[in-house]
Amino acid sequence: MIESLQLLIDVSLLAFLIMIVFASIKMTDLFAVTMLFGIFSFVSALLFLDLDAVDVAFTEAAVGAGFTTVLMLSALRLTQPYENVKHRHSLLALFIVTLTGAALFYGISDFPDMGDLNAPVHQHVAPEYIQLTQQKIDIPNVVTAVLASFRGYDTFGETVVIFSAGVAVLLLLGMGKVESKQEPEENLVLWVVVKPMIALILIFGLYVQFHGDFGAGGGFQAGVIFASGFILYSLVFGEMYSRRVIPATILPRLAALGVLIYGVTGLVSLLFNKPFLDYSALSSNPVSGQHLGILVVEAGVGLAVFSTILLIYYSFSGREVNHHE
Amino acid sequence: MNELLGHYNYWIVVILMMMGLYIVIASSNLVKKLIGLSVFQVSVFILYITFGKVTKGSPPIITDNIDLYSNPLPHVLILTAIVVGVATTSVGLALIVRIHEAYGSIDEIDIHDMDDKDDFNHEKQV
Repeated sequence: MIESLQLLIDVSLLAFLIMIVFASIKMTDLFAVTMLFGIFSFVSALLFLDLDAVDVAFTEAAVGAGFTTVLMLSALRLTQPYENVKHRHSLLALFIVTLTGAALFYGISDFPDMGDLNAPVHQHVAPEYIQLTQQKIDIPNVVTAVLASFRGYDTFGETVVIFSAGVAVLLLLGMGKVESKQEPEENLVLWVVVKPMIALILIFGLYVQFHGDFGAGGGFQAGVIFASGFILYSLVFGEMYSRRVIPATILPRLAALGVLIYGVTGLVSLLFNKPFLDYSALSSNPVSGQHLGILVVEAGVGLAVFSTILLIYYSFSGREVNHHE
Repeated sequence: MNELLGHYNYWIVVILMMMGLYIVIASSNLVKKLIGLSVFQVSVFILYITFGKVTKGSPPIITDNIDLYSNPLPHVLILTAIVVGVATTSVGLALIVRIHEAYGSIDEIDIHDMDDKDDFNHEKQV
């Protein structure tokens, strides 16, 4: 059993999640559903925080509640914001869902209790990772150590996946063009509030990037936060100004550069007769080599994520609305 | 009572997962299907993070005076999964935008009807 206050928060947040999803099943206005999904993501971020997953909470708040909502809204702008209800299969769906749910309920009945230290999941690699992080890498944040060093291969793969997703969106939608005539409505309150916020968001993004070894954060979160600063700017002041600072054509190159930085770091350790992505080769002292390696790799991840996210946003917002029929 | 609360998170995960699956099957709107898929995805995230929780443990950031940490491994897996998730969602949305440009609809049933009509007309011509 976990402590009572944590448990209370856990129980109520999960109940919230159920209510939100239930409401969005009923709704047909897709704008409302999108906003509900933003709330859903934010509540789940709070839940992750309650369950000690600070890095995950950070990512979910930046990605789920922030970027995904903007992305869905811009997709709705290009399609249609309502649903024509034709639940042709709703009874069949209910049947399948009940059946699968019953099987899953049966399956989870012999799971160990939540928070049980003797559960199998805590017996194998996790204690080693925590111990080895202190010995070999010597940075406080174990999640960053596992992400960038012990499991560097996986993270490299994931960075490549994000890059390919960016390329796929680019192929499907193109970079789009923004005419200088298109300016958002003048709104003094928004302008005054947003301007200092953008500076803070960008500084915070850099902080998260470079402080990821010591506290919650890292390249993935920093990339999204930094991109959301630019997205906010282009939403409020007009996309053409944002594109003047970072042109859309440069973004695919930056994303590729981010992946390249990661890959080259791995190759450098190969040159010193060490395994791929073993950063202890990067310096005469293995521990400071690890520090350097993690810093460089996280910078690559941050760059790749930032440019991919901004590229995806540009692709959606630069696409012209196609009035069919 | 303990037995009941020890599995509470898992139950909610299953319920959320099934709600997501229900949206995917029952709704014919493609955007809503994608939202259902994301709900399904988040339920898996919650499952993993629940596995990682240790009673009286702290977040896995090493500090003096603390020697019990929650499991960092699920956190790493889910952290990257979230970012990959948004990347794949955006590819899905891009596909939906293109489908809307081609068909003028994002409703699965309408799209199938249009395809059927096209096939029928094609056969008549042949």
